[in-house]
Amino acid sequence: MTQYGLLIDNEYCTGCHSCEIACQNEHGLPGDQWGIKVLELGPIKLLEAKKWEWRYIPSLTSYCDLCQERTEAGKQPSCVHHCLAQAIQYGPVDELAEKMAEKGCMASLLIP
Amino acid sequence: MPQVHFKENAASVVETLPDGTTVHRTCSAGIGCHNLGCGIKVHVKDGTITKIEGDEENPITQGRLCVRCLTALDYEYHEDRILYPMRRAREDRGLDRWERISWDEALDEIITRYQQTVEEYGIGAVSVWCGTGREASQIHFQMANDVFGTVNAVHPNSGWSCIVPRMAAMLWTMGSSYIEADNAIGFPDRYDDPRWECPKHMLIWGRDPLRSNPDGLFGHSIIDMMKRGMKLIVADPRVNWLATRAEVHLQLRPGTDAALALGLLNVVITEDLYDHDFVERWTYGFDQLAERVAEYPVDRVAGICEVDAEDIRTAARCIAERPSTLSMGLAVDQNPNTLQIGHALLSLFAITGNMDIPGGCFMGLPPIFAGMAENAPSEEEAGEPEGLAKFGNIGVEPLGHDRYPAMSAIVNTTHPDATLDVLETDVPYKIHFAYLFGHNSISCMVPQPKRWLEAMRKIDFVAAADLFMTPTLMGVADIVLPAATFFEKEGYVSNNNASQPGQLGAIIPCIEPEGECRADLEIMLELHRRLYPNSTKPGWASPSDFIDGQLSKMRGVDATYDDLCEHVVGQYEIEYKKYEKGLLRSDGAPGFNTPTGRIELYSTVLQRLGDDPLPYYLEPKFSKISRPDLAEDYPLTVTTGARRFTSFHSENRQIERLREIHRWPTALVHPATAQACGIEDGAWICVENQLGRVRMKAQVSPTVKEDVVACDHGWWLPEADAEDLFEVFEYNVNNLIPHEENGPLGFGTHYKSMPCRISVAE
Repeated sequence: MTQYGLLIDNEYCTGCHSCEIACQNEHGLPGDQWGIKVLELGPIKLLEAKKWEWRYIPSLTSYCDLCQERTEAGKQPSCVHHCLAQAIQYGPVDELAEKMAEKGCMASLLIP
Repeated sequence: MPQVHFKENAASVVETLPDGTTVHRTCSAGIGCHNLGCGIKVHVKDGTITKIEGDEENPITQGRLCVRCLTALDYEYHEDRILYPMRRAREDRGLDRWERISWDEALDEIITRYQQTVEEYGIGAVSVWCGTGREASQIHFQMANDVFGTVNAVHPNSGWSCIVPRMAAMLWTMGSSYIEADNAIGFPDRYDDPRWECPKHMLIWGRDPLRSNPDGLFGHSIIDMMKRGMKLIVADPRVNWLATRAEVHLQLRPGTDAALALGLLNVVITEDLYDHDFVERWTYGFDQLAERVAEYPVDRVAGICEVDAEDIRTAARCIAERPSTLSMGLAVDQNPNTLQIGHALLSLFAITGNMDIPGGCFMGLPPIFAGMAENAPSEEEAGEPEGLAKFGNIGVEPLGHDRYPAMSAIVNTTHPDATLDVLETDVPYKIHFAYLFGHNSISCMVPQPKRWLEAMRKIDFVAAADLFMTPTLMGVADIVLPAATFFEKEGYVSNNNASQPGQLGAIIPCIEPEGECRADLEIMLELHRRLYPNSTKPGWASPSDFIDGQLSKMRGVDATYDDLCEHVVGQYEIEYKKYEKGLLRSDGAPGFNTPTGRIELYSTVLQRLGDDPLPYYLEPKFSKISRPDLAEDYPLTVTTGARRFTSFHSENRQIERLREIHRWPTALVHPATAQACGIEDGAWICVENQLGRVRMKAQVSPTVKEDVVACDHGWWLPEADAEDLFEVFEYNVNNLIPHEENGPLGFGTHYKSMPCRISVAE
């Protein structure tokens, strides 16, 4: 069976939290429960002058079913659909891994 | 000419699912934003909204939604929403003693009190107030004039420090009603349209568009363009997230913007990076500008702004590469030096040949928003005189324009700060009546909010329409009317009233209003009907009739509200290089809409208004340099106004899922400063200065300069005691901002640069 996942573009994830709320809406979760949650790395001023590390890192929880109902109906998972930066892609992990290699930096591949 | 595009083969406006749920497409407005018009699909079952989704058919948002729209149901069905008209005795202002009344009782009393006021004290005693750019502000000035007949429309943001000073600089020096970064927003194929070019660089100045979506600009379009190769230059005292992705971040000392802009001009002129042909053919006063900017050599500017000289040079060289574009934000307005900052930045993009070219700075067409600088109807209308005409008020200037005559050249509201003086002194006359549209001034826009509260309490009668009980309503209102959300009413969305290209869409009601809520526009039409029962004025019969009238004023728009509803959303396209085609001036001649017909680097308008025709730098009046005496007690600088994803100014504070993301009013404090003051991350701190104090949660962060404290604005706690005005004065940072410290022509103030000290709160 093909394994599906989410490819996150950490270069452009702006930390807007839309994925979190969109997921809660889709799964009927209350405000203190998440299927996807945005973690924050930094902001850290690097040793190299004027460079910063500041990444938002969405992570999946066991609530995440990759929006099976939606994808079966031909729609994108709710987090993908609503992401303001269009920084999340859904697909088979082997295809996503190729895209990830193509990007070459600041990306992560998630399976729940 | 401008033209409107509607998408062919778009999904139907309403779709019915197998379980009987209907899915309605519409455009959002005014839950948690300006009228940006994000595309929304609303699922309705048995008259109740069950789900919200982004509308992927929307050409701009493409299905994307922010957390404020994604929690719109929490808002729509919130237990605290005002659902019925309510009344309270005047002596009970500030007390939670509301009684429910009928709409008839409420409207009768408003009309009776209005008519009594006019009879006893004259029309000047009537005032009409509004908050920031929402649907109601599209009609605010017009309703003050046409329904209430008063010139005293009030928007009490000190120095009108929101959009108007920038627009003044755009209109007076560049001859365009609004200038914004070109993000291909009017083209059906957006970024793929061959006429568009991706900007090489965008200069983002005092703005965080990802969070603020300023005035019709979908903030994440910046991310869209970064993915297509656009690089960023960011000028901001904070390292905001975009700054960490920028080629150059100019982390200037708060309030020194004009010096930095002049320094960039100095590099472009000294290094001969400007567009000689454009300067020669289309600008006025280049030599004088060159002479002025020679006073701002880069090393001097670097010292003033605390920025590396080499970074200023690099930034200027980037901007000079065409096409480059500018996105300048509220920090430009919130500074008494505002007109000069705007003038200098726009001049920078003008002389580098970036005005109105693909991927450059898009020059807007008039009009900008309803009532802007058009003080009164110019032609006599049939039937009995109404509004301003009824009271002989045509051409009469709003309060404060005698002291700040430049206001009349850009906006027809009272001068904000002068309004407080009038309320406090009753000179030249006393205000006896106020109507407020969605206006929470005590929590948000006014500086010295306690003074404003006391002054507003002197008004004999205050009626207000809003969605939730706010500190302002609890503090001053006698009658409260329940306002409708965009799910419940008819409306339209546009990009700055079609001054700029972009969305042109319909707000289509998809449920019956909760309780007895009514749209602001409907309330106004009803008041108009009652005041002028025999009116034959076209456009006032119904909301859609009124909207048709608004649409008909837009150049090149041949669409009615019904047409918009049929398509939900379209795009408005305006062409480039309008100055070559005679599209910017009313006489149809090529050139710009200025007295000289050229971009005025040397501004004859500013000169006529009594200001310096060339841009100059004003050291912030309360900085450590201007006021070393204050700096002894208050060695840090407080800056405010940066936005969060989770709120629109003072709105959304009662939405628990948004508070879960950002719970408390927060101040960013540099780690070194936090350590020196014994402050730990997450501690409650007191931020204070010579004017007042405020409580904030400390967020220890290296993103601010060591001597800068960046405070959230617009905070109150809906969960706190209503009779303590939801503790607004504990948490409103505007306690620290001064009254009437505006620029020479009355614009701008010090929201961004006041002295302060911090300590662990008791």
